Amino acid sequence: MLFFTLITWLFLDFTGTAHAWFGWLAKIQFLPAVLALNVGVVLVLVALTLLFGRVYCSVICPLGVLQDLFSRVAGRRKKNRFRYTPALPVLRYGMLLVFVGLLVAGFTAVAALLAPYSAYGRIAANLLAPLYRWGNNGLALLAEGIDSYAVYSVDVWLKSLPVFIVAVVTLAVIATLAWRGGRTYCNTVCPVGTVLGVLSRYAWFRPVIDATKCNACGLCARNCKASCIDAVNHRIDYSRCVVCMNCMDKCRRGALSYAHASRKKAVPGTDEVPEQVDKGRRSFLTATAVLTATAALKAQEKKVDGGLAVIEDKKIPERATPIAPPGAGSARHLAQHCTACQLCVSACPNDVLHPSARLSTWMQPEMSYERGYCRSECTRCSNVCPTGALRPLTVADKSALQIGHAVWIRKNCVPLTDGVACGNCARHCPTGAIQMVPSDPNRPDSVKIPVVNTERCIGCGACEHLCPARPFSAIYVEGHEVHRTV
Amino acid sequence: MEKKQHKTEMGRRDFLKKLGAGAAVSAMALYGCKEKASDSSANRVTTGEIPGKMTYRTNPKTGEKVSVLGYGCMRLPVLEEGSSAGREGDIDQETVNKLTDYALAHGVNYFDTSPAYCKGFSERAMGIALSRHPRSSYYIATKLSNFAPDTWSREASMAMYRNSFRELKVDYIDYLLLHAVGMGGMEALEGRYIKNGMLDFLLEERKAGRIRNLGFSYHGDIRVFDYLLSRHDEIQWDFVQIQLNYVDWKHAKEVNPRNTDAEYLYGELHKRGIPAVIMEPLLGGRLSNVPNHIVARLKQNRPDDSVASWAFRFAGSPEGVLTVLSGMTYMEHLQDNLRTYSPLVPLTEADKEFLEDTAQLMLKFPTIPCNDCKYCMPCPYGIDIPSILVHYNRCVNDGNVPKSSQEEHYRQARRAFLVGYDRSVPRLRQANHCIGCNQCSSHCPQNINIPAELQRIDRFVEQLKQGTL
Repeated sequence: MLFFTLITWLFLDFTGTAHAWFGWLAKIQFLPAVLALNVGVVLVLVALTLLFGRVYCSVICPLGVLQDLFSRVAGRRKKNRFRYTPALPVLRYGMLLVFVGLLVAGFTAVAALLAPYSAYGRIAANLLAPLYRWGNNGLALLAEGIDSYAVYSVDVWLKSLPVFIVAVVTLAVIATLAWRGGRTYCNTVCPVGTVLGVLSRYAWFRPVIDATKCNACGLCARNCKASCIDAVNHRIDYSRCVVCMNCMDKCRRGALSYAHASRKKAVPGTDEVPEQVDKGRRSFLTATAVLTATAALKAQEKKVDGGLAVIEDKKIPERATPIAPPGAGSARHLAQHCTACQLCVSACPNDVLHPSARLSTWMQPEMSYERGYCRSECTRCSNVCPTGALRPLTVADKSALQIGHAVWIRKNCVPLTDGVACGNCARHCPTGAIQMVPSDPNRPDSVKIPVVNTERCIGCGACEHLCPARPFSAIYVEGHEVHRTV
Repeated sequence: MEKKQHKTEMGRRDFLKKLGAGAAVSAMALYGCKEKASDSSANRVTTGEIPGKMTYRTNPKTGEKVSVLGYGCMRLPVLEEGSSAGREGDIDQETVNKLTDYALAHGVNYFDTSPAYCKGFSERAMGIALSRHPRSSYYIATKLSNFAPDTWSREASMAMYRNSFRELKVDYIDYLLLHAVGMGGMEALEGRYIKNGMLDFLLEERKAGRIRNLGFSYHGDIRVFDYLLSRHDEIQWDFVQIQLNYVDWKHAKEVNPRNTDAEYLYGELHKRGIPAVIMEPLLGGRLSNVPNHIVARLKQNRPDDSVASWAFRFAGSPEGVLTVLSGMTYMEHLQDNLRTYSPLVPLTEADKEFLEDTAQLMLKFPTIPCNDCKYCMPCPYGIDIPSILVHYNRCVNDGNVPKSSQEEHYRQARRAFLVGYDRSVPRLRQANHCIGCNQCSSHCPQNINIPAELQRIDRFVEQLKQGTL
């Protein structure tokens, strides 16, 4: 529960405090650790499982705990509601194979749909974080009323409709499965569960049934959320047991104990019809573009005082290469290592990151500068990433890291369209890559337009975000496939 | 917008807050608080009846009695978001009517508006409010606000002038002003009033009785002021509107290098016997929203009086002052000013020295001389200029503009500045979006180099954010 609460907080917190203290919680997640080639963590988790069974699934995995929450509510309504079911190895190993296949083939994003930690991340980031932030904004309003600066308000926006839908569907599926059958997901779909299940068969400590004390009443089996106790035969399927110890609490005869047992072969499951998993969630590949046409803003000569000009929303320019967040190293590295858990997206304080809508990088983070730009003092996304898809950076590293380059679009540039002096891009360029030069080479006093020294440009997007041209900026950032250091 | 302004204004009357008077004291509550008023002398300031009778000054030409408190109609109350009476930001006509009625009932009879004020709706709102009263019970002042070069033509200026009659629902105007001469120097004066013959036309109108008093309001280039006064014998100005307050009296140049000491301006008018109408008695609120130690200093001297009352007494004390304009958005401001001027207790010599010392203390706080008049607005690129400058000034006064990260309260000050910035100004309207097109500066009566100030504030914000201060 503690792990669960803290990990959830990681996804909700926008101040960066949580990550400073509990960022490691995301990094000890199994799949992220595997993808990050974090050998230490993987070895510890393997050792943990070999020693104590699938403790990971009931303590560390946030999705596991989430299922227990649903299951517990359901259990209040109906006691002793589980029953033993034989294992479904075909489905389990099939899912694992599919998952590994997808990973190897590079469809990490699709594989990520099955992964427990990132599925939970999407639920927390898309469904819980907005509630948390609205709550925060309510507090901020109160704080403003009493002139306190303790709480500040943050924007709540739908970062990607498809991902939001995925989160809703995942939650619905997980909740239904947990409500009906406890840990069905963990023991049929979850690839991590399957891998750990293989190991946990050989766990040193595990619940064992003392056949001499057992009267085969089946109370344990009916309280086993993993449905892995065959009370009649005094057998437990250790590949599915998540070591919740509910059976031991329930047994009236003290027949169950958590101890080292002599190696026993698990009962192989019969080929029953596998429980159907709703794969509907894969079908939400539709990218929705909501375009609001707003009247074009024209600089008008003012005659009266006061009032505010309407500000049109910026639209996302068509980028030939998407911009991968700093620390990704390259688009390919990101695509292969990211499980789309949305931790970076929810951690970004500048509203730059959002889940990608492209098929190849679906739900993985992508940068865009309509709501803010990648501020030079911030390295949060790279430092929160548990999978190593984004590797940690220092502020100094980032200031010299070229993730893209700025491209000028003549027809949008305000000095040329409105005939006024501007230079806001040049003024805010952190690397001094933009200079203002006369638009007419023969007339030094003509209005000035920006020129970009792409060698110095790091692609932070300050120019794009602060460009007064709307809805499309007159300068925008094209991503680099491979990041380089200037 | 309205809420924010409200907050700043409340800060202005710091003492109000301290006494716990709610932000939305309704007129009813005021009558209901008589008993409390006798409880403590301090409450006299915020509640209860206006003690005495309004002080009046005599217009030497017409002999009419003008209340020393004039109602400025540049900051009329606007509707809050979600109001049933109309869109957010539209003038709150019901409140305007209430304020007008209250002001008239308590002796205010001078109302100063302009075709440019309140997004161009001030004249109409005042026309509605005032036409509910007998025409003889008030004097209306409006202006020929032909700032924009495309209104410099005789036709456009004439149309603006004629429209004022329609909006105000009157057939004569008591006080008409050439608006803000001095901005744009001699060139603008020539273009707006001389070459197009508008000045001659207005003189004709005065002869015809449709303008009862003709004058000008002055900001900026002193040559224009001197030039217009040099033609006094020929034109016979009936009044002149100038910026006067206890800081600008001797230190106008320190506040703003372009300005001229009010002592000189007033002196020039007084020796010619021209009545002075006073604007900016509070320096756009900066003489009521003062640093805390100045509040303590003023309150110590006269505990029952508001901070603002000092500035109003200063502006009203010179005998040659016809009326002192105050843009009163809230009933509390109106009531406070009525108390100050009913009757006016002129400043003693000791008081004047005390205020001069106070002025010198004030100048140590490098605020930007923005009076929140909104002449610069709307910015075509959506920047909320006055809110940014007001936020900055407020932070200066509150000590939240740290000079370096080594300062003792750096972290609190940084947080207050940045969080307060996002609260006062929506992100897209903040200083970093200023492109420096400089279309605003020419509209500023204080001649602030607005883009330069915004970019300076932006650099400061960047230093706070990046921790490089």
